[in-house]
Amino acid sequence: MARELWKGNEALAEAAIRAGVDAFFGYPITPQTELLEYMARRMPELGRTFLQAESEIGAINMVYGAACAGARAMTSSSSPGISLMQEGLSYIAGSEVPCVLVDIMRGGPGLGNIQPGQADYFQLTRSAGHGDFHPLVLAPATVQEAVDLMTISFDLAFQYRTIVIIAGDGALGQMMEPVTLPPMRPPRQERPAWALTGVDGRQPNIITSLYLDADELEQVNLRLQAKLARIAAAEQRWECYLTDDADFLVVAFGTVARIARTAVRTARAAGIRAGLFRPISLWPFPAPALDQLAARVKGVVVAEMNAGQMVEDVRLIVRGRAPVRFLGRTGGVIPLPDEIASELTHMARIDAHANGDRG
Amino acid sequence: METSIIISGFGGQGALFAGQVLAYAAMESGKEVTWIPSYGPEMRGGTAHCTVVIGDEPIGAPLVRNPDCVIAMNLPSVDKYTPLVKVGGLLLYDSTLVKQSLLRDDIVSAAVPAHDIALRCGSHQLVNIVMLGALLARCPLVELPAVEQALRAHLPERHADLLRPNIVALHAGAAYTASQPAV
Repeated sequence: MARELWKGNEALAEAAIRAGVDAFFGYPITPQTELLEYMARRMPELGRTFLQAESEIGAINMVYGAACAGARAMTSSSSPGISLMQEGLSYIAGSEVPCVLVDIMRGGPGLGNIQPGQADYFQLTRSAGHGDFHPLVLAPATVQEAVDLMTISFDLAFQYRTIVIIAGDGALGQMMEPVTLPPMRPPRQERPAWALTGVDGRQPNIITSLYLDADELEQVNLRLQAKLARIAAAEQRWECYLTDDADFLVVAFGTVARIARTAVRTARAAGIRAGLFRPISLWPFPAPALDQLAARVKGVVVAEMNAGQMVEDVRLIVRGRAPVRFLGRTGGVIPLPDEIASELTHMARIDAHANGDRG
Repeated sequence: METSIIISGFGGQGALFAGQVLAYAAMESGKEVTWIPSYGPEMRGGTAHCTVVIGDEPIGAPLVRNPDCVIAMNLPSVDKYTPLVKVGGLLLYDSTLVKQSLLRDDIVSAAVPAHDIALRCGSHQLVNIVMLGALLARCPLVELPAVEQALRAHLPERHADLLRPNIVALHAGAAYTASQPAV
């Protein structure tokens, strides 16, 4: 397959199209807008549905409706727009219908700015809406990986009848990289048996998130939690880079992880045995894999474009077995490799000092 | 081995496009490459820049603090990037627009009268590609035919009449720099 140079936002859109998205509903917001623009051009050409909603609230509820009808429906936005979608996401989770959402995160809180950020980590993994649920959250670090994850996202969403979120940031959305795109899948003809397709010779399907009876709603919650436990067990994804002999570990996701990769190489050149652990699924967090590494490293650096969110998960997993340092940049500032490398150097120096090596 | 290049200028001078052309040429030459633009508030009426990183291995950080090479097409870009170029790195600037002498002796700088060369090639719109040619003469990241091919494939259709002048400008920039001593 030929390599082509693609911008992250547009590559995500084309990958969704090739994965068979039936309907896209969205509302423009920088730094995600190229995704919506691309959909506006391509979806009508293919006879599929593109609709620019009146707001993000409208868009997510259109996704909800299309998903109830069994369509492969998606939306995309950036941080402030995702906040507006939270009510709809909760209804979608409560109704157990599948959908895909892309969050190209920017600086916050509030309107913040349009530069890259990762401060939606808590929101996406913990509180995508009210009630007890977690979306399946996937965080690509390269444009190729964005394409690869988008390609499987609808399958995952339908397999589990769950929300799949692709969590990128402004840098990933705006940058261009060589990409090999997957082949175009033929459009899916069949609708799932649970979908609202018009009652014609069958019992009505009911899709709702309203259960007034407490015992009944508890049963719904227990079923939902059992499903989330299955997802948590089966869908952990991560990458290890130079971790086999690593004394010091960087844990980072998305854009920061690729920057950390450069920092790890820099640290290695300076004689520090550094490695990178990169969660690809942010929920479920790849806890067992990190747990194994945490048992044998001398220190962990967590780098994020936020004030310290994933670091809480890392600390829960490391459980004090190694010191955990946090490097966070906020406001749309992107940490550069030398900042992460100097955290590694600092950690190695403290460790050497603690072991009596004053050299 | 990775090489980082920042191309910077006024919005409309084609800094982002020159970076894309370089990125396409690098990809078609079998290299790994990233291209990342400035898209923040500076895009709205100020200077625009992009960072291109070219290497043999998958690129880690797509952004750098100290670039190996800088193309500065206006004075604000010269002011911003002169202190940031890596020691031993390369700064090319449009000497038609920027008259000041540079303050660092630990980098290689090349004054390219890009605006004048562009006008001789047919249009002031060619400054970006003159500068790209000038860069490649000093720092042979990709072969000029690969850049020509990238221009053929990616110059927007509305500028189709500028394809030939762009290719002329590429070679004129390269020829000018090749004829000048490195400072």
